[in-house]
Amino acid sequence: MSTINQSGWRPTTPEKGEASGETFTGNRALMLEEPLIFEIGSTETTGVDFGEAPSGKSRLAGLERSKTIGLPGLSEPEAVRHYTRLSRQNYAIDLGLFPLGSCTMKHNPRLNERMARLPGFADLHPLTPVDACQGAFEVIHQLAHWLVTLTGMHSVAMSPKAGAHGELCGVLAIRAALDAKGEQARKVLLVPESAHGTNPATAAFAGFTVEDIPATEAGRVNLRALKERLGPDVAGVMITNPNTCGLFEPDMREISNAVHAAGGYVYCDGANFNAIVGRVRPGDLGIDAMHINLHKTFSTPHGGGGPGSGPVVFSEALTPYAPLPFVEKQGDQFVLVEEETAGEHHASSFGRMVAFHGQMGMFTRALTYILSHGADGLRQVAEDSVLNANYILRSMEDVLDAPFAKSGPCMHEAIFSDKGLPEGFSTIDVAKGLIDEGFHPMTVYFPLVVHGAMLVEPTETESKATLDQFIGAFRSVAARARNGDPMVKTAPHFAPRRRLDETLAARKPVLVWKEPVRAEAAE
Amino acid sequence: MRYLPLTQTDRQAMLATIGASWIDDLFVDVPEAARLDGPVHGLPLHASELAVERHMSALAKKNLAAGDVPFFLGAGAYRHHVPASVDHIIQRGEFLTAYTPYQPEIAQGTLQVMFEFQTQVARLLGCDVANASMYDGSTACWEAIVMARRVTKRGKAILSGGLHPHYVSVANTMAKFTGDQLVTSLPSFSPEPDTLDLINSIDDDTSCVVVQYPDILGRIEDMSALAEACHAKKALLVAVVTEPVALGAIKSPGEMGADIVVGEGQSLGVGLQFGGPYVGLFACSEKLVRQMPGRLCGETVDAEGKRGFVLTLSTREQHIRREKATSNICTSSVLCALAMSAHMTLLGEAGLRRLAEINHVAASAAADRLAEIDGVELVTDRFFNEFTLKLSKEARPVVRALADKGILAGVSLGRLYPEATELQNGLIVAVTETTTEEDVETLASALEEALA
Repeated sequence: MSTINQSGWRPTTPEKGEASGETFTGNRALMLEEPLIFEIGSTETTGVDFGEAPSGKSRLAGLERSKTIGLPGLSEPEAVRHYTRLSRQNYAIDLGLFPLGSCTMKHNPRLNERMARLPGFADLHPLTPVDACQGAFEVIHQLAHWLVTLTGMHSVAMSPKAGAHGELCGVLAIRAALDAKGEQARKVLLVPESAHGTNPATAAFAGFTVEDIPATEAGRVNLRALKERLGPDVAGVMITNPNTCGLFEPDMREISNAVHAAGGYVYCDGANFNAIVGRVRPGDLGIDAMHINLHKTFSTPHGGGGPGSGPVVFSEALTPYAPLPFVEKQGDQFVLVEEETAGEHHASSFGRMVAFHGQMGMFTRALTYILSHGADGLRQVAEDSVLNANYILRSMEDVLDAPFAKSGPCMHEAIFSDKGLPEGFSTIDVAKGLIDEGFHPMTVYFPLVVHGAMLVEPTETESKATLDQFIGAFRSVAARARNGDPMVKTAPHFAPRRRLDETLAARKPVLVWKEPVRAEAAE
Repeated sequence: MRYLPLTQTDRQAMLATIGASWIDDLFVDVPEAARLDGPVHGLPLHASELAVERHMSALAKKNLAAGDVPFFLGAGAYRHHVPASVDHIIQRGEFLTAYTPYQPEIAQGTLQVMFEFQTQVARLLGCDVANASMYDGSTACWEAIVMARRVTKRGKAILSGGLHPHYVSVANTMAKFTGDQLVTSLPSFSPEPDTLDLINSIDDDTSCVVVQYPDILGRIEDMSALAEACHAKKALLVAVVTEPVALGAIKSPGEMGADIVVGEGQSLGVGLQFGGPYVGLFACSEKLVRQMPGRLCGETVDAEGKRGFVLTLSTREQHIRREKATSNICTSSVLCALAMSAHMTLLGEAGLRRLAEINHVAASAAADRLAEIDGVELVTDRFFNEFTLKLSKEARPVVRALADKGILAGVSLGRLYPEATELQNGLIVAVTETTTEEDVETLASALEEALA
């Protein structure tokens, strides 16, 4: 007689049957619905223990807050569960390929997180006396050295808080340089049609007038049209290189020369630096200012929409106008150059853009990443990111229209259009179809110069096996869309939510939670 | 290299698929003169995790961390105890490594967090609505000034002398380029903020008055009269809060009539981080919402009628409006907003009120102790957890000397206002629940010695 399996367990074969769509809870196994904290918490509950409240003199000037604030609390287990459940309704790089073109969603190394949390960085006050925070200034100085050297530029402003803030920093330096030369009349910034929306918005925010530069059939800046427009009213150009069609601008040096000859400056949007880091130095192309998204090329996490970090590298011509504060090495000491210490040496600085020193937490992460890769690894980053994008381009061009595929290789992102999709089907349907396949969609409808654009940026941190699986899914969804499969039109079917009504959200904005009006009270 | 999955075999196979013989074929568009033939010169090569950790740890050790010493620094960045679960939550990969929620069906986690954050912030600041966060307090403050210009179609903003000098400095920088007119002043050692002066300077060209609460010297005052004066002239009142924990104890600016309330959310959940990343707060009344900058999340339903959340009112934003957008801001500070939101959820109203009470009582006791010292004068008797002392000598060298002894005594006004000779003896001292009575005693003895 056997002694195994005394528990009585028997292998079973599942009964076949149709699943009903509804459950009592609304949950579907691991797909868990989660209410709002306002629906589950109460203002009396707290998940934090304090010692006895000491008694003492109140000096609140009679301003005591008497009315309820309406902030619900949860105990710690409830809070951890609330956020953990919510987190599982998110797609993330940790779960799979995140091929958002122009966003560079690469792996975020956990060493970066650990280093940023060292108490010497994380628990350091920004106004600590400078002698007591030399290590922090050294981090900033080392990162600055890497950024300047990798880009072949003259200096770097570290304080801008994100890409668009870096753009602002760059165009303000251009304005300041022109004003210093008495060229207040130069008010026009030329921006290609394919630019990120932040470029024209930034230029306008800084008081410039924006004019479009047309693109060529091959997806590049139209050099002739650009040269014709240059003149005494033009402050400069804002160009993205590699551009938003995923192509390198081969005429960049000539563009820079023409703009400089006409008395303007060249701003380069560095959002796509990942494609060329370690292979091309923007300084060799005549750029005057370029922001670097540390949250793209240098792997600091996007966090669901920030925080970012957008240091700006400058040419020698714009360096005197760079913003305060910045860190300088004087002998063995690192000093903070701010309003009082700018002196004659930095008297032309256009001023301060943020309180304190910028995104220190992102600096420690980016420096950690850069030191991990080194100069050799960063060059490999560019090569693998470009290789991965071209692999996708050539594996897809027979099922999706690739408008620039004939003109040569792409850089780190591959672009497709909606040409060839049947009536009633569009880019959005392909994107939503990919969601059901377990992938985050590519960037859609951007850049505007390509109809129904699909911009795919795989990054270098994806394996060939992952790319092959993505290509398989992308081909399948594209083919189904071409064949008019209605399941693609109504995708996603398997996500935590079906397509959401964005029109309703905008027409009747509900931006904060309000206690629902009870039926009896309403009567 | 540990972050790069492709093998040499993979690379060869992929190049073959592409029809290229080697990697340089993919960089043909780069002009020859600009191509680098190897790794950038003068920079080190790749390093192991252990080696990098050694390098970074050595740098971290050169800093005087707040938790290691008696610590009294504030002036726009505050040290509070953050529950361990907050850091655990923000390190969930699904939050940490997600992008801006452009595909809402697979981003409901981030979107619901934004919606909860917007509601918490609106309630805390006393406003109808709040956005999903800005870069930080200083940039949110400037955005509020610009918004007031859009709403009132007037170009003159009056900034209180009690506004954080870095915030004033940011606004001054931006105004140089936008043509906005700013009226600024320095703080003075008076027990009350400059409310009466502000009221008297409002005129028909004024777009807004910007006032900080508690102000840079820690002072608090009812702003109802100021709000009325603004509204009488059809100007807006913008209130700036750099220490949101205070609002667990004192009335919100919204309750007192502020039209736009902005602030720095760092003190809840985010930590000091040497100044960033932080989280800018931005709230206003419902009627102004379409002029508000920044990301907004709104409630809606999906194709099956289930509640869900999306980014909304994006017709204000740059990716739709380009040069006509309300702001050029693209990123917000969502992960820091999550940290702040989770901390507020753990505290709840009861916890926040208790925390605020502990801060106030501890600060009040510390003020009494320090004011006993010869050569120390307490500037005001109306504050929350931060107050200003007027010393009998310049504060800046005193702060430096105490730092050498391992005491971070506070922020000297000389550091913040190097040009203002009349303020050089001022020392701003912040006291929170992390400050112990021994810390206060250590500071008191050292100050006594330094001022003797």
